[in-house]
Amino acid sequence: MADTQEIITGLFPKATFEEGDILTVVIDDSQWHDLAKALRDTPELSYDFLVTIVGMDWVEKLGCIYYLTSTKYNKRIAVKISTADRENPALTSVADLWHIAGIYEREVYDFFGIVFLGNPDMRRLFLSIDWKGFPLRKDYDASPEVNPVPQDNERQSDFTNVYSRAEDGKIECRQERVFEENDFVVNIGPQHPATHGVLRFRTAVDGETIKKIDVYMGYIHRGVEKICESLTYPQTLHFMDRLDYFSAHPYHHGLCLAIEEAAGIEISRRAKVIRVMMDELSRIASHCLFIGTFCMDLGATTMLFYALRVREQILDIMDKTCGARMTFNYECVGGVMQDLAPDFVNDVKALLAVIPKNLKEYDKLFTGNVITKNRMEGVGVLSRENAISWGVTGPSGRASGWACDVRKTNPYSIYGELEFDEVVRSEGDSMARFKVRMDEIAQSARILEQLVDNIPDGEYCVKVPKVIKLPAGHWFRTVEGCRGTFGVYLESDGTTNPYRLKLVTPSLPAAAVVDSLTRGGKIADLITIGGSLDYIVPDIDR
Amino acid sequence: MEVTTKSMPYEAWKDNEYIESLVKELQDNGTNVIVGSFDKLINWGRSNSIWPLTFATSCCGIEFVSLGAARYDMARFGWEVARSSPRQADFIMVAGTIVHRMAPVLRRLYDQLAEPKYVIACGACAVSGGPFKKSYHVVMGVDKIIPVDVYLPGCPPRPEAMIYAIMQLSRKIKVEKFFGGVNRQESQKEFLAKHPIADVED
Repeated sequence: MADTQEIITGLFPKATFEEGDILTVVIDDSQWHDLAKALRDTPELSYDFLVTIVGMDWVEKLGCIYYLTSTKYNKRIAVKISTADRENPALTSVADLWHIAGIYEREVYDFFGIVFLGNPDMRRLFLSIDWKGFPLRKDYDASPEVNPVPQDNERQSDFTNVYSRAEDGKIECRQERVFEENDFVVNIGPQHPATHGVLRFRTAVDGETIKKIDVYMGYIHRGVEKICESLTYPQTLHFMDRLDYFSAHPYHHGLCLAIEEAAGIEISRRAKVIRVMMDELSRIASHCLFIGTFCMDLGATTMLFYALRVREQILDIMDKTCGARMTFNYECVGGVMQDLAPDFVNDVKALLAVIPKNLKEYDKLFTGNVITKNRMEGVGVLSRENAISWGVTGPSGRASGWACDVRKTNPYSIYGELEFDEVVRSEGDSMARFKVRMDEIAQSARILEQLVDNIPDGEYCVKVPKVIKLPAGHWFRTVEGCRGTFGVYLESDGTTNPYRLKLVTPSLPAAAVVDSLTRGGKIADLITIGGSLDYIVPDIDR
Repeated sequence: MEVTTKSMPYEAWKDNEYIESLVKELQDNGTNVIVGSFDKLINWGRSNSIWPLTFATSCCGIEFVSLGAARYDMARFGWEVARSSPRQADFIMVAGTIVHRMAPVLRRLYDQLAEPKYVIACGACAVSGGPFKKSYHVVMGVDKIIPVDVYLPGCPPRPEAMIYAIMQLSRKIKVEKFFGGVNRQESQKEFLAKHPIADVED
């Protein structure tokens, strides 16, 4: 950590540092682009993965916190930049350094109205162009009269804005076309069975070849981050179920870890084991559903019925313990809500007995099929560099050879003691993404096998104060969801409500990368690629 | 008149008063013997093969997938023909949250459904906004945009509850007057007049 600080001070004497959970650099906006370039390209630093951009409204100023990770040295750093101008806030874009930055900057613009100079596509991301105000600002007027439910079809624009600073210091706006003038643009979605929810691709095609895709999101943007600011910490938890509804347990786990770290609560070992077992059970259930829906997209409808058989068995286990099939709200601050059901151990053992047989069956039915191979092998190849630059984590990133499993890189809970392999493949195509998930089912089963007979006795939930107040400060935690790295940024001002709760979800990069993966491919490949990336639309939009 | 469907005992339904009042309203003016018999025949057919539109925005949609799979198997009831195009479907199961950006799209899907058409508001979000009541971008209940026939609470409702809801719909279809004055359509016209959308002919 000290080395990083020295290198940065050497290059940028004006940079100041804040001590927190990780090293935080504060720098003026004029030097930010140079610093970003240095952070990425200096061999001793190589912060090549942009985890997220957290937009912030500190009332007296607006700003952003960039979280960067070095995949080479496995270190993390935060950079803070801000502007005092509330009327026309502008910061420098880093969209040319990290691909995903372009999308994250659009998100910040949508929520806070901060314009990024040099971003080639500065449109709103989730809200319509006619939306009044910027919802995550503290002075936002949320009354329904300001933004009523639209009665007309949404106004669309073929143009995007590019902002730059003129020589006299003023900000200039230039309009550019999203597509070329004579492009033939086809709409896929939002109501389309192959987009896995309400996602919309504006697709420019040349015959059947895709020229460009404009991923149009926001059809299920529910404003969870804003709602959380008006709720107490335990009340914010249940929204984690409704983002990526397959990763309900891991997401809960992530937010609980952040709150517990901030409040200084140590949970019992029994609770830790239960949480990890639930995480792995969800992972198996989630990957099973992925196999089912993905194969259905490719025309193999039968696979859905086979894959859902295992999923139903897992949902039964969850149902007995948590009392629900999907939105469990099971993990709570201090442990878990309920003790395990009496037949939990037997049910898990019965599940573990059938999983190897089922995996063999899936392989027989689908993986070796010649149509499958033709449609998946070599389709949508994502290189390792691009996976990191786009921030595609989870099984999709690991299929490109990027070992990004948070359970291995930053082991949390009891993952450090467990024996399991991180499944990494090098091909980076749709087939690799499919196979990684198949193999991860086996690895999750391996973790469950180690734990099922070793659930320690003890209390399942430690005593926590009735009203949870966190000290002022900020925390950033990541966990491995079923689809990749899930991050929670929590900023507290010392009250019972979060000042800012930013949720970093793996599906947003996965949807953003569709454009670059499909270029030059056929429309049928779009279905394969979209299915294999396995994004969940409420997880994209939050 | 005891209205029931799928061999469900009449006493097992939870809201018989409602269906009785509906029957009374529909048959207040008496029924023609011949038209009434035709009605019964055609409604028997219609109520046993209602086709859903594949429409899901969030969690409820996954339970709808479970409903289609082997364990709950909605094919037993004749609902398994989920269509991807609204022009071929009989009803929309609004499975999930509807937000401002989606609202005009949902309305257009509804307009594209062929008559007679039905709507089930599935899950807490579609019924009233549910857990997102404080949100700035969520429509607080789909009945603000389209007329709803059956409300199904739950977050998400279990597949069993979904079966119950679609059976309620099928029971409603059974007592409708298909020939002649379709009472339901009158109320629908009123609703659409009250919720106009620019450039859309209802």
